Amino acid sequence: MFINFFFDLKQASLPVSLKEYLMLMEAMNKRVVDSFNVNDFYYLSRSALVKDERYLDKFDRVFGHSFKGLENPEGETTKEIPEEWLKLMGQKYLTDEEKKMIESLGGWDKLMETLKQRLEEQKKRHQGGSKWIGTGGTSPFGAYGYNPEGIRIGQKEGKNKKAVKVWDKREFSNLDGDVELGTRNIKIALRRLRKFAREGAETELDLDNTIKSTAHKGYIDVKMMPERRNKIKVLLFFDVGGSMDAHVKICEELFSAARTEFKHMEYFYYHNCLYDAVWKDNNRRYNDNIKTWDVLHTYPSDYKVIFVGDAEMSPYEITYPGGSVEFWNEESGETWLTRMLNVYENAIWLNPIPERYWDRIASTSIIKQIFSDRMFPLTIEGIDQAMRELNK
Amino acid sequence: MKFEGTSSYIATEDIKVAVNAAITLERPIIVKGEPGTGKTMLAHEVAKSLDAEIITWHIKSTTKAQQGLYEYDAVTRLRDSQLGDEKVKDIKNYISKGKLWNAFESDKRPVLLIDEIDKADIEFPNDLLLELDKMEFFVYETGETIKAQNRPIVIITSNNEKELPDAFLRRCFFHYIKFPDPNTMEEIVEVHYPDIKKDLIQEAFKIFYDIREVPGIKKKPSTSELIDWLKLLMTDDVDAKILREKDPKKLIPPLHGALLKNEQDVHLFERLAFISRRENENIE
Repeated sequence: MFINFFFDLKQASLPVSLKEYLMLMEAMNKRVVDSFNVNDFYYLSRSALVKDERYLDKFDRVFGHSFKGLENPEGETTKEIPEEWLKLMGQKYLTDEEKKMIESLGGWDKLMETLKQRLEEQKKRHQGGSKWIGTGGTSPFGAYGYNPEGIRIGQKEGKNKKAVKVWDKREFSNLDGDVELGTRNIKIALRRLRKFAREGAETELDLDNTIKSTAHKGYIDVKMMPERRNKIKVLLFFDVGGSMDAHVKICEELFSAARTEFKHMEYFYYHNCLYDAVWKDNNRRYNDNIKTWDVLHTYPSDYKVIFVGDAEMSPYEITYPGGSVEFWNEESGETWLTRMLNVYENAIWLNPIPERYWDRIASTSIIKQIFSDRMFPLTIEGIDQAMRELNK
Repeated sequence: MKFEGTSSYIATEDIKVAVNAAITLERPIIVKGEPGTGKTMLAHEVAKSLDAEIITWHIKSTTKAQQGLYEYDAVTRLRDSQLGDEKVKDIKNYISKGKLWNAFESDKRPVLLIDEIDKADIEFPNDLLLELDKMEFFVYETGETIKAQNRPIVIITSNNEKELPDAFLRRCFFHYIKFPDPNTMEEIVEVHYPDIKKDLIQEAFKIFYDIREVPGIKKKPSTSELIDWLKLLMTDDVDAKILREKDPKKLIPPLHGALLKNEQDVHLFERLAFISRRENENIE
């Protein structure tokens, strides 16, 4: 039974390993919990097998599936559903007409009474229809219906502690995010871009200098030096909106990884192509933008520049003045990109679209050309290559 | 050895199971959760309930794994050798023990809290893999191996600022402290302020959970903030009636500074509270 559960977890692509399974078995063996109590077993297996809150919801679902039918000895049967367990759920999409119709059934007490009657009459599972208790119907009893006074019967949505199984509560559902690619990998890739320099307080022993100075002076003269720090400075430009919406997640990951990895990092947003202004806050992009000239003048040329964008647009948006889809640009995107590249020697473009499609998109080819082939896919390998390029 | 919660800490069933599993199997447990849900407190309470010594290792961005084991002070030794100090002949005089060493040496099984491990460098957890797994390490300077006399109960907290490596996670138990539901919260408040007025709690809870529900709020108030706020309400002797106030001009709860920690949240709350209370009035 436990082996199957383990494989179910594997199949649901939860990152569980044999080591963790053995750990769980060891814990069961040592009687950490009373093996007859399902809840305790649930807590124990969760603690041993899940190592990230993102996966808690998935785990709950698999657990519920694998141990279906496993009842608590003291668990209630369906006929003894406590009143509090049945929850009144208001639906907002009803017309006044429908509301009146429902009121005609009478208040809460009446509903409860009718429900009890129906439970008596009904013996089998039911779906659809308008009287019996089941799912998808218009009867006031059952789940997923449109009756605002309807009584929702369903373990998954239940709130009462006694009757509902813990894992069915799905308390962690909003922590689940299907992020397979963690920021850790990106950070490791970004680490390629490091240039150490000694700066700040002198905290480390400078051995060479100490020996030299000691020999010179005739007594031991300890020399200290500052710690090495990553001195790399980065400007990040993110394409936002439009076709980039599909790549928001990976861009967020890149951003959060870069922010912790680089001490000197500035970021800006642009749309499709670089023109005369960029912005730092998407809500105020029209009022609070920053002139691209100012960027070029503010940050010295030893900054490394990373553009992130899908480079997918009409070729006119790059090559012609006035080509922008959003406003009249006096100078073409190409002019601005070239200006940027003239100031910053180390610049690359990261593209979330897979590399094999690049040749088929005209605008991508143009930008790749402007960047002298320094365009890399936004994958771990791509970032890795890009960082090597920037380090040159 | 079993952790059952203490008089000053409400441990839910799932925390108990996870902690006891870690204690029995002698493996580290990683505790995550929203800020202010009592991650660090858990370690102190475990120590208290088991009557064990607690050794705390606070991690900073500059902390290195080696510092937890031991540090060799070469500079002092160099100076001493110049002065002809007798101490200089024994290298042991210049090795200062780290927190892990202290924990390994302890006669009675201690609780070792590694606090906010995510603050450290990304390789930090990997550097401690073997030490935490085998509970031993080698001192190169003296050639001795330090082995734990009693494997300490290792509790590691993380605020999720960095992801931890898989190999590290695999060796640990994991617990995510979820935000307490109103019932648990009531017990928690009871532990802290046994003589608080019931109606005040009720109104305060309503406001507290309402604020947490506000969409788009930057910093959700947490348990520790609720506790602080209740304390303020009690010392100012605020009446429950004031909390029930529905006058649109007084929408922001009294002493809200304890709950909302930045001005954007206060503005946002003002706007949303107005809308939601108006709706409430319509229903009533």
